[in-house]
Amino acid sequence: MKIITAIIQEDLLDQVREALIEAEITRITVTRVSGHGQQIDEEIYRGKKVIPNLLPKIRLDIAVNDAFVDITVNTIIKTAKSPGGGKVGDGKIFITPLEECIRIRTEEHGGQAI
Amino acid sequence: MKKILLKSTIMLIVIVLAQAGVVFASEGNHIDSGATAWMLTSTALVLLMVPGLAMFYGGLVRTKNVLGTMMHSFAAMGIMTVLWAIVGYGMCFGSNVFGGWIGWDKKYLFLNGIDTEIMSAGIPEYVFSMFQGKFAIITPALIAGAFAERVTFKGYCIFIALWGLLVYNPLCHWVWASDGFLFNMGANGAIDFAGGTVVHISAGISGLVAAIYLGARRGYPETAMPPSNLVMTMMGAGLLWVGWFGFNAGSSVTSGLSTAQALTATQLAAASGALTWLIIEGVHQGKATALGFASGILAGLVAVTPAAGVVQPVGALALGVLSSVFCYLMITAKSKLGYDDSLDAFGVHGTGGVVGAIMLTFFIRKSWMDQAIASSGDWGVWHQLGVQAAAVLIAIAYAAVGTFVILLAVNKLVGLKAPREKEMMGLDSAYHGEHGYGMVNPS
Repeated sequence: MKIITAIIQEDLLDQVREALIEAEITRITVTRVSGHGQQIDEEIYRGKKVIPNLLPKIRLDIAVNDAFVDITVNTIIKTAKSPGGGKVGDGKIFITPLEECIRIRTEEHGGQAI
Repeated sequence: MKKILLKSTIMLIVIVLAQAGVVFASEGNHIDSGATAWMLTSTALVLLMVPGLAMFYGGLVRTKNVLGTMMHSFAAMGIMTVLWAIVGYGMCFGSNVFGGWIGWDKKYLFLNGIDTEIMSAGIPEYVFSMFQGKFAIITPALIAGAFAERVTFKGYCIFIALWGLLVYNPLCHWVWASDGFLFNMGANGAIDFAGGTVVHISAGISGLVAAIYLGARRGYPETAMPPSNLVMTMMGAGLLWVGWFGFNAGSSVTSGLSTAQALTATQLAAASGALTWLIIEGVHQGKATALGFASGILAGLVAVTPAAGVVQPVGALALGVLSSVFCYLMITAKSKLGYDDSLDAFGVHGTGGVVGAIMLTFFIRKSWMDQAIASSGDWGVWHQLGVQAAAVLIAIAYAAVGTFVILLAVNKLVGLKAPREKEMMGLDSAYHGEHGYGMVNPS
């Protein structure tokens, strides 16, 4: 079991989510987060261009069985890339081992609980 | 004795001087300060509806479109006001030109010739002009609800400017100018007290045409599109209700009995519409939603708009009920028919407007009918129903065709439908470079 954490552009969430659903990865958690990496964004405030310190991003957390890691990761890579071959700020994907998973309602453990 | 004589002489002089002053200023008509005070208040109240509408619509769209959607209302305040002062007022309230298609009188250009005019109603013409100008602002802003979340800002601005000039102004002239042909239709005119046909039917139908022409939003109807902030929507609905007293009671252009009648009808229809929606939803869905109550308020207010001057309380209550029933049915039918009227501009304003304009016929107060009979002999409910239906059909046909032509032109010229990636990104960041809910993220 793995937990896949992806930080992506806000405006690409719909596209990523729709593609994941199509690939039958339907159990995901979405959070609004802020952070900074290499990207510099511009907004307009009373006629001045301003560069916010922290940029809004979307964080996806997806717990999957090992067999689904590749398809999940590939789907995110394909859809979270900005049009035109991607740009700085498109985000990152982290994959970490997942020790245990329990479904609260049935108390199932492990892979079948995912 | 001497003292009293002196006092009364002075008083007499003062009175004569004061009256002379008024006569000089008004060139014949006297200012009725009561009526003027109420019309000034009404003008402000109708303007209050525009930010009310911005909040109502803004709360209903997704977070990424909240500013873009509110800007549809605010941009209308800028664009329509400027156009109104230049030519709009003249096109609506000048005398017939082009066979009565619009009105015109060159003294209305830049409102130049009304600087010292006092109208026979006892109010300065400036007040009447500004009051009417607010209606020209809110009507195109209402349309925006039908195609929210998917139009370019530039395209929208050009669209409402052309729509105001070519659809709103002619309709307004036909219905409200003293020589407009709908104003004079039948025995006592087509009844449109405060804008059922001019404002709500025309905006609703135009919205429907635009929604169909532009196509649905990405992902509609499979993807859920949750409202960003229903709290703001509720506040907007509240402001609309308050502002509507200016809209309806102000349309009496006086401060007297007819004002009171319109005000009462307005309050009653809003309440009965809201309650009806609540009950329908409670029975149909099992829960009474806040958005349902707000929609019911609007349905009732829209339906009573054309009727406020001619119905008594029972009629107003009935119109609220009927309007909510029909609007609810229309919104339910929308998902089956498949068009994407995003915020139900047609579902509420189009439907409610038609219900009000037609159904009011059955609730007209006797004194109005007596007046119609006095002027044409034989006049009854069915005669008036014919006039109302004709006015409604003319408004629908004219608004639909006019809107379609303008849509074609604007889409060719600058593009009206937002491209796919801008729509996904959201109107706020794509067209305004801002975020409406910046505080949601720490920054």
